[in-house]
Formats: sequence, C-alpha cells, structure tokens
Amino acid sequence: MPVSHAEEGYVTADGRQIGGTLMELRNITLRFGGVVAIKDISFDIHDGEIRAIIGPNGAGKSSMLNVISGFYIPTEGDVYFKKVKRGPMKPYEVARLGIARTFQNIALFDGMSVLDNIMTGRLTMIKSGLLSQAIWYGAAAREEYQHREKVERIIDFLEIQNIRKTPVGRLPYGLKKRVELARALAAEPKLLLLDEPMAGMNVEEKEDMSRFILDLNDEFGTTICLIEHDMGVVMDLSDRVVVMDYGRKIGDGTPDEVRNNQDVIDAYLGVAHD
Amino acid sequence: MPEQLLYAMEVTLNGLMAGVMYSLVALGFVLIFKASGVFNYAQGVLALFAALTLVGLQNGQVPFAHVINAIFDTNLHTFGWKLPALLAILLAAAVMVLLAIIIERLVLKHLVSQAPIILFMATIGLAYFLEGLGDVMWGADIKKLDVGLPQGISDTIESLTDRWFGYGFFIDNLDIVATLVAVVLVASLTLFSQYSKQGRALRAVADDHQAALSVGISLRFIWVLVWSIAGFVALVAGIMWGTKSGVQFSLSLIALKALPVLMLGGFTSIPGAIVGGLIIGVGEKLFEFSIGPMVGGATENWFAYVLALLFLVFRPQGLFGEKIIERV
Repeated sequence: MPVSHAEEGYVTADGRQIGGTLMELRNITLRFGGVVAIKDISFDIHDGEIRAIIGPNGAGKSSMLNVISGFYIPTEGDVYFKKVKRGPMKPYEVARLGIARTFQNIALFDGMSVLDNIMTGRLTMIKSGLLSQAIWYGAAAREEYQHREKVERIIDFLEIQNIRKTPVGRLPYGLKKRVELARALAAEPKLLLLDEPMAGMNVEEKEDMSRFILDLNDEFGTTICLIEHDMGVVMDLSDRVVVMDYGRKIGDGTPDEVRNNQDVIDAYLGVAHD
Repeated sequence: MPEQLLYAMEVTLNGLMAGVMYSLVALGFVLIFKASGVFNYAQGVLALFAALTLVGLQNGQVPFAHVINAIFDTNLHTFGWKLPALLAILLAAAVMVLLAIIIERLVLKHLVSQAPIILFMATIGLAYFLEGLGDVMWGADIKKLDVGLPQGISDTIESLTDRWFGYGFFIDNLDIVATLVAVVLVASLTLFSQYSKQGRALRAVADDHQAALSVGISLRFIWVLVWSIAGFVALVAGIMWGTKSGVQFSLSLIALKALPVLMLGGFTSIPGAIVGGLIIGVGEKLFEFSIGPMVGGATENWFAYVLALLFLVFRPQGLFGEKIIERV
C-alpha cells in the first residue's frame, strides 16, 4: 500500500473504495518553548477512510489532533485541506470548514439538554440572523424545523432517543461521550476528529462506540481520524494507522503493516538497550 | 378599606416600582456573568458613563473640552447645538457598542482562559478607568438628564384610586415608564437568549469555551455582543436613574444595590434579576413602613444586605440560579 502522498484513492482489504486525499499534513513541527511536541511529521487522510493515530502516552497524538482542528498552530509545516493550503486559523474557523471534533475529557454544555447540545452543532449552518429571526418568524421556524429533523436522525442513529430532554450534566460518562459524538456529527463534517473516543469505557460501551464509528463511516461516508490507546480496537476499526512516539512518526500503514513494523513493536513493548 | 391597609398597598406598589429600577441594573450583571462567568464590577460605572455620554451628546458638549482648552488655550465648551433625545439615545447606544469592541480588544482578548478572579480584577480596573474617562470627557459636575420621560406624581392614578378607595395613591410616572421598559427589555432578552442563533451561541460560550470553539462559535464575537448588550442595558438603567436623581458620580454606586438583588435572584437568571429586584424593592419599603419606626428608621440602607445574607445561608444559589452539583 503506497502510504504517503497517494493522490488517488485505494481499495481497502474489505473491499471499500477510498477516495483521494482530503487532508494532508506536511512536515509539521510543534514546539512549546523548548519542548518539542511534534517533530517533522507528514501524513495524509483520505476521503472516506478511518485513520488512526496511536502511540504511547505523551507521544504527541493529542497535539497532532489539536493542530488539525486549529487549537494549536504548528511552529513549522503546512496543513492542506481539500488540496488548499490552510493559513493559521482560529479553531472556530476550522470548524466552519467542516472539521468537527470531540475531546479527550468531554467538553459538553452541561447546562443544556442533550437535544440543545446537539443543536449547537448546527449553529454555524443556521442562516437566519438576529433581525430576520425577529421579523420573518415563519422562515426562521421552518429553518429550525429542518435542522431539528437532521438532529433527530442523528439521535436515532446513536440510539439516545430516551435521553433527548435530559440535562447533559446528569448523564453517565459513556452517554456523555455519545452526546459529544452526536454534536460533532450534527455539523455534517467532512472530517471528524475523535480524541480517545473510548477512553474510560467498559467493554460493552467500547463495542457500542466501535459500531457507531464503523456505521457512520459506512452510512454517511464521514472521514474519521481518531486517537486511541486500545490497540485491539484501533486495529479492528481503522484502514490506516499512524504510529507516533516521542513526537516522531515511527510507522504508517495498514494495521497489518504497522503490527509487523519493528520500530512500533519496540516502542510499545520496550527494547533492551545495550 | 382601613387607611392603614391602603397605605401599605401604596407602599408595596412603590416598592415594586423601585424594585424594577434595581432590576434594570442587576440585568446587566446577569448578562455578562451568564456569558463569561465574570462578575462585572464595572456595570454600575457603565451606567454612569452611558448617562454622561447621553447628556453630553444631547447638549452638544465638546468631549474632552477641559483637556483641549488646557493644551491649546482655547475656550471650547459646546458645539452650540442640541440633539433630539431619540437621536442622542441612538448615538449613545452606538458609543456603548464601540466601547464593548474596545474592551474586548484591549482587555478581554488578552485574558482568555484566565481564572475568573483575574477577570474580576480586570473589571475593577475598567471601572476606575471608565469613571475617570467619563469625568475627563464630559466634566465632573452634576447634570440634569431629560429625554422627555414623564416625571412627577401620576394624576390619573391618584384620582382613580381616590375615586375607588377614597385614598389617592402617590405613584411616580417615571416609575411606571421604568416598569414598562423593564418588561419589554426582559421579554426581548429572554426571547433572544432562548430562541435566537446568537442567544444559543451565547449560552454555549457560557458553558464551555473549548466546546463552543469546536462547533464554530467565535468567542470574541460573542464577547463583543454580550458587552454591547450589557452596555445597552446600562444605558437604559442610566437613563432611568439619571432622570430620577441626576447624572452624577453616585449613579455608579447603584451597582451596590444590585448585588443583593443578584444574590436573591441568582447570578445566572434573567427572570431572577427581575424577581430579586421586586422582592428587595417591596421588602425594603414594607420593612421601613412597618418596623422602621420602631428601630429609628433608615432601614433601607441595610435591609437588602441582611436579606441577601439570609439567602446566602439558606439558598446560596438564589431563587432561580443553577444549583451546581459536582460529581465526586
């Protein structure tokens, strides 16, 4: 499998057609003062694939995700989205490009209901502004209805109908993660970034979440880039995997290729230094 | 009806009206606290600044006249025109929006994701700065504000109640106008924050900055919006209080009266600010009316604070505030 800069799509092992490059990161370096979080990393994400970033603790995975979502601006290197070079952008501008994300330690609006939380995912799509909402109430109501319909589809899809009206603060952890995913999906993103979507979940919850990720990739064709600790889960889910260690890229390829990569084995299992 | 009861009714009505005036100030606090978790110490000074600007614009005063005169040895005071009240109010509102933008640029932008106490300190600094700026721009003398609001005892109500009860109620026209204005203001603010796109974004920002960014909300835009609205509310409060008691430094101290209102109503609730204001207004007047004579009067100075203190003990989140329960 040609890994880097494969302009054209490819066919996965299970026979899915993957499109061309959606996002490309070229020679990304990220420094905080003297600390190098990411060192000269390049990789790409293709349209329609599930791409994973794995690595031991402190490898720079979350930093990488923050670079993609605009929360960090890389010290060096360029980010290309849909073949267009992206200048230094604010996170909300990146979100408006169609890149949605979830957070490692859940960031939801605790004071709002599940439904309202998910509706915020569509805020940037709401056309009618303040004045028009006040004056043409009918048009605004119709638009609200359309958004609501989309949101209800997502709620059905993620099987959270029965908690629709519950304030998010009261939900257990696993469901909060699901609501966060729903909010990200509500934006109908081109690229969905998941920061440890299964962290802290039990086996059953992990299985549910894996199913949702596979299904939404399958049904909506959403491109997904995820970070995960659980090697087993990652290898089952993803089409291609980037492996990071100490801010460097030490492996990139299909799960099978990565599994047999000596550097990756060393990083994960430790290696005797002589 | 017995005279005493009628008098108590009149006192209650007056209390309600006074409460509305407190609520108007408390509203500004709630707006900013809801959206940014910042207790805006400068809200009272914002009201003073807004009122000063309004008077200055209306009378065609030259801003910074003292400074200009001192430097260039001129003798400027006014442009020599008088603006109609409505135009002056619109211009003053525009100045408050401009001020919101400047505050965001110079202060808030640099304090993103700092602890609330830091932002609180920043608003204290802002309060003193604005107080000084108001003085330098428009002069420190006491000014009369008249935008054409009716003032004085309402004859209609006096004659009506006199006919019904044989006892005429003394109610100030200005208080009636203030009540109507507050009702409209609260209704539109509630509709705005519950149903409009920007209102939703505002509530989102209030809850979680990172999450708000990730759904495409610009924090800076929301902050400018919130401070503009708070500035507008301050202008309304400034007009009401300024008409009532003149535009002067003490106007900025009405903010202190808003504090107990907030403790009663809850810092995060717009209806709470109104109900809190009404309770304090009525409570204050009735207490003075019934208990005052026994303790030598002047209870209005402390009643509100004691009531707030009691609330802090038994219901710290206020009547309508969000009860925060942390999962352990």
